[in-house]
Amino acid sequence: MTWDDLLLHARAYVALASAALALGMLAGIPLGAASSHVRALRTPVLTLVNIGRVVPSLAMLTFMVPLFGLGFRPALAALALLAIPPIAINADLAFRGVPAAALDAAAGMGMTRTQRFARVEWPLAFPLLFTGVRTAATEVIASAVLAAFIGAGGLGEYVTTGLQADQPKWLWTGVAAIAVIALAVEFALAFTQRRLEKGR
Amino acid sequence: MSYLMKHLPHIGGLTLQHLALVGTGLAIALLIAVPLGVFTARTPRYGPPVFGLAGVVYTIPSLALLAVAVKYLGLGFWPVVLVLAAYAQFILIRNIAAAIAGVPAAQIDAAKGLGLSGWQRFTRVEIPLAAPALLGALRLTTIALIAIATLGGYVGAGGLGSEIFFGLQRQYIEETLAGSIPAAVLAILADAFFRTLERAALRKSG
Repeated sequence: MTWDDLLLHARAYVALASAALALGMLAGIPLGAASSHVRALRTPVLTLVNIGRVVPSLAMLTFMVPLFGLGFRPALAALALLAIPPIAINADLAFRGVPAAALDAAAGMGMTRTQRFARVEWPLAFPLLFTGVRTAATEVIASAVLAAFIGAGGLGEYVTTGLQADQPKWLWTGVAAIAVIALAVEFALAFTQRRLEKGR
Repeated sequence: MSYLMKHLPHIGGLTLQHLALVGTGLAIALLIAVPLGVFTARTPRYGPPVFGLAGVVYTIPSLALLAVAVKYLGLGFWPVVLVLAAYAQFILIRNIAAAIAGVPAAQIDAAKGLGLSGWQRFTRVEIPLAAPALLGALRLTTIALIAIATLGGYVGAGGLGSEIFFGLQRQYIEETLAGSIPAAVLAILADAFFRTLERAALRKSG
């Protein structure tokens, strides 16, 4: 066990989690925007998304194995799927919470649909939308530890090796690194959110 | 799926073990979280430190907590139950506090005016009015605990996770899915069950 090795595993862990979160936003935000704007989409989207939120993360990881085999790809797919529900649910709530009066005023000022979305809806919806991203980040960071079980490496490997080979040093290094990263991300996101709420 | 069908009695037994883990963890969690939740609802200035501490535990990924518990308490049922109870605190305390604090003050005043004692007000006014939110807290907690309990299979506590991890070790995905599909179904059913109760409670209290 060396520093280089730890950094390598930490980097793989963070890369997996952030890639999954990015994919989750890429899919979850449009999904929430669609379900909030198109009435017919709302029930099917929210039902599907709720099932995705309820499925245990370890189960979600194993469901991807028949599709993608073992390794990084199934882990990325599973974590992205786990990130979508909280983001989509909050995006839906956020866009539906935009006051109709604000949209009317923007239309009255002669803004086009695109302008209204970019300059009125998006800024007003952003703080609540961010809450969803924060929930998803906590979830993805916790689940990315489990990715080690389907061969995706990362810091979870330190924990599993530490337990299986009875190596307390590995175990504690893994636990400490995971806890530090999880708490640091949580604090950074909580701080950002407070600033966003103050800026409103 | 053929593996799952062939080993149905075995999977049924593991499901019961899984429910025992979740049920015991939840019961212990409630013994701690209910007094703390009610206390923070009554004295809001103690909210931030209590939520903060529970939040730190909640933020640390469950496998890391479980590894530490196993290191000191050994393999098996109880370390997993302990982690489940610790993990549940954040969701439970925060939602119980919010549910109790959300009971309208006018209702409590009315109960006082009727001469109800503090305990009577709690059991006959506050709990029924807070019931939908309290059931919501139970739903979220149960779903989280069903997920975390799958890790019990890794540390010898049985449950559906043991099938998942045996399968992963042998690279036999059918066996893994025989654990993970029932675990997902269990979580979906628990969600539906508590949602039904929530709706019933809402009708009654509304």
